[in-house]
Amino acid sequence: MSGDNYPDGDRNEVNPTGALRRRDFLKTLGGGLIVVATLPLAGEGLLQEQQARRGGQSAPADFNAYLRVGEDGRVTCYTGKIEQGQGAMTVLPLMLAEELEVAPSTVDLVLGDTDLCPYDGGTVGSQCVRIFGPLLRAAAAEARVVLVEMASEKLNVPVERLRVKDGAVYDLAKPETKVTYAQLVQGKRIERHAAAKPPLKAPADFKVMGWPAPRRDAREKATGRAKYAGDIRVPGMLYASILRPPAHGAKLKTIDASSAEAVAGVRVVRDGDLVAALHEQPDVALAAAAKIKAAYDPSPSVLDDKNIFDHLIKNAAPGRAVAQGGDLAEGAKLAATTIESTFLNSYVAHASIETHAALVEPKDGKATAWVSTQAPFRAKEDVASALGIPSKDVHVIEPYVGGGFGGKSGNPQAVQAAKLAKITGKPVQVMRTRADEFFLDTFRPAAVVNIKSGLAADGKIVFWDYEVLFAGERSSQQFYAIPHHRTVVRGDTFGGGGTTGAHPFGTGAWRGPGSNTNIYARESQIDILAAKAGIDPVEFRLLNLSDERMKRVVRIGADKFGWKPAKAPSGRGTGFACAEYLGTYLSAAAEVAVDKATGKVKVIRMLCAHDSGVTVNPDGAVLQIEGCFTMGLGAAFAEEVHFKNGEVKDLNFDTYQIPRFSWLPKIEAVLVESPQFPISGVGEPAITITQAVLANAVFDACGARLFRLPMTPERIREVLPK
Amino acid sequence: MVEPIQFTLNGKPVRLEVDGERMLLWVLRTELGLTGAKYGCGEGFCGACTVIVDGEPVRSCQAPIKTVRGKGILTIEGLERDGKLHPIQEAFIKHEAMQCGFCTSGMILTAYALLAKNPRPTEKDIRDGLEDNLCRCGTHTRVIQAVLTAAAEMKRAVQR
Repeated sequence: MSGDNYPDGDRNEVNPTGALRRRDFLKTLGGGLIVVATLPLAGEGLLQEQQARRGGQSAPADFNAYLRVGEDGRVTCYTGKIEQGQGAMTVLPLMLAEELEVAPSTVDLVLGDTDLCPYDGGTVGSQCVRIFGPLLRAAAAEARVVLVEMASEKLNVPVERLRVKDGAVYDLAKPETKVTYAQLVQGKRIERHAAAKPPLKAPADFKVMGWPAPRRDAREKATGRAKYAGDIRVPGMLYASILRPPAHGAKLKTIDASSAEAVAGVRVVRDGDLVAALHEQPDVALAAAAKIKAAYDPSPSVLDDKNIFDHLIKNAAPGRAVAQGGDLAEGAKLAATTIESTFLNSYVAHASIETHAALVEPKDGKATAWVSTQAPFRAKEDVASALGIPSKDVHVIEPYVGGGFGGKSGNPQAVQAAKLAKITGKPVQVMRTRADEFFLDTFRPAAVVNIKSGLAADGKIVFWDYEVLFAGERSSQQFYAIPHHRTVVRGDTFGGGGTTGAHPFGTGAWRGPGSNTNIYARESQIDILAAKAGIDPVEFRLLNLSDERMKRVVRIGADKFGWKPAKAPSGRGTGFACAEYLGTYLSAAAEVAVDKATGKVKVIRMLCAHDSGVTVNPDGAVLQIEGCFTMGLGAAFAEEVHFKNGEVKDLNFDTYQIPRFSWLPKIEAVLVESPQFPISGVGEPAITITQAVLANAVFDACGARLFRLPMTPERIREVLPK
Repeated sequence: MVEPIQFTLNGKPVRLEVDGERMLLWVLRTELGLTGAKYGCGEGFCGACTVIVDGEPVRSCQAPIKTVRGKGILTIEGLERDGKLHPIQEAFIKHEAMQCGFCTSGMILTAYALLAKNPRPTEKDIRDGLEDNLCRCGTHTRVIQAVLTAAAEMKRAVQR
């Protein structure tokens, strides 16, 4: 599942020249033992994935994460990743603590600070545990080796006789002979590079990984002390409110800011298309911006949420086959039944409760920036370029991020804040209004999937011809034992790749990018085939699967759910699906009730069987699965951005409905272990299967097959069997 | 119009010279330096800005400061007493009833008002009471568990 290309949603480059080099970083630290790790340590496959993300460019060759064992015995872990609620700050120290044999409570974490952490391309693509976990484990294993060597010298005991436990090295023969890590590094300063083949612990020996760990951010978040970018205050700062055009593509002609400027203390700045009202108070700036009279040329866009799919089909990029086997013509000859379907999904917003915010404080030719972003190092470059100063002079500090989901990978608000700070010479904070947030969002792209597939008389799928437009490659490849198949991708994972302007506004990564669309389409089609064959959906999947890891997660999911075999639609409202997402295997089962008069769906319960190798923090994983299922209810049943001629119609939560307490089903997560496989992420997989399993449950309830997301009551009523 | 406005904030008297039309949210977040109440939607749809005014949950982004004159305001920062967290806060931590945490202050304070009126809520009561508090990360299941736990804990505390 490598080879995704991420030109816009996940722009990622080699270590920029302006970034601090390893030497500069390390000299800022105090004494102790410092071990650095580079990406190749994560393994060849993961390195290739990283390189593919960089459009083939090599990864930063310098270093990507490091740890320090301090003279006080505390361990500090430094990575450029950020905490957006997914639990990175809780789970990463566990992986480090495991290999170093220290209590997780003795591990401190520095995340996303560009002066303290090594360059990082962004917290995207379920990388924290999957890719940075192995790096930290390698660094910790190396540190353990070094500490044991030091202890051998100090205690005059051969290395083979030494063991480590609770931050100390002891003599196996005489356990009372021991020396702590703090004692070992006292007065020393040692730098090491993690070895190419670190002596990692086997899963059977894990004492930290695999056991529940409490969230590190829980207390700060429950007390209101957790700071987000919009909460930062510095002396003399101004708040900016930025003028929003009425539509994408509308060109600003003239402005009359006289009424706004008449407000005491308000300054209006125009810099090209950027028009802002600034004031010492955010609400005064907001009210002043509302008084600016602006005239625009209308948007040339003629697209709306009805005609968009015809437009996308006409403007899709040429196809490339990402997987194929056998011969489709041969497969067609074997088919007793052929089924052709087209699946559509609408644009979906990120709708994090925190809107984009940034504060940029220029001082003495340098600058500090606090940015709500998934990519602080990119923000550093963006802010430097807007201020016209070298990026080494910009320090980005990463507060908590109030939800990202892929929507905070660019930093337009930081660029605006920097420009305004440069013009006014004061610290400037930009915090988008909710309307700005919807208007400027990089939506999950509307997409189209065409599938033609054939069934033999024995219920085996004999051919599978799959084409996806605008959702990209991720999770597009089917994993069933189908002799004749082809998967064609047109456009990349974030909806680009068509002709210029294919989408009327920005699109980008949305939690589980591409996979939500691909899995919904594939698993719906599998269900259609099962129904046609008259076979129970779980039995049909098992009949057509050969991948043992997938079959296991299907069986466990069905068993734990209490799945009762029946041909769909059975009227009971139970649905099933299975999927693979960046190395995580999962299945889902759901039970729904459909009100046939209104078309409204009530989801009663959902279960996920989830195999991400070893689950590092089971508590965190279950929370992520619950969160994925809950968030996914929105894209399944309600979330769709309405637009016309460049104008975004949904600008707040009154018309754009996200899941609420009353929507909530009973959710059960079953963690399945496969220690022989690499550890993969838990923050995204379960959402990618949600829409599929619910579409199948709706069909089972009432016979209505939905070929378009979201499955609104109107759309369900339209296809309900009369 | 700038006017003197007095109220009680987290148990302490406050006197401000401020335009009475300004929304409580912004006054809290800037003049008073309390950033626990969040801006989420600005129109009262999301609940992230919820604070307690005389026992009632109020959307502070929709409450002109003049409307709290003489009243008692409780924000998330005032829930902790002498270094001891409120049972609702403890329960949110125990159940990890947050991810990004941006809606958490509003959730906790809405639950606080709910439990003050209904100390023994059913799960349905909690869902109904929190229906208009939005969470994008999907921690709803945990929030319900946390409020149930807090209710039980507060009941025990009363009996002690």
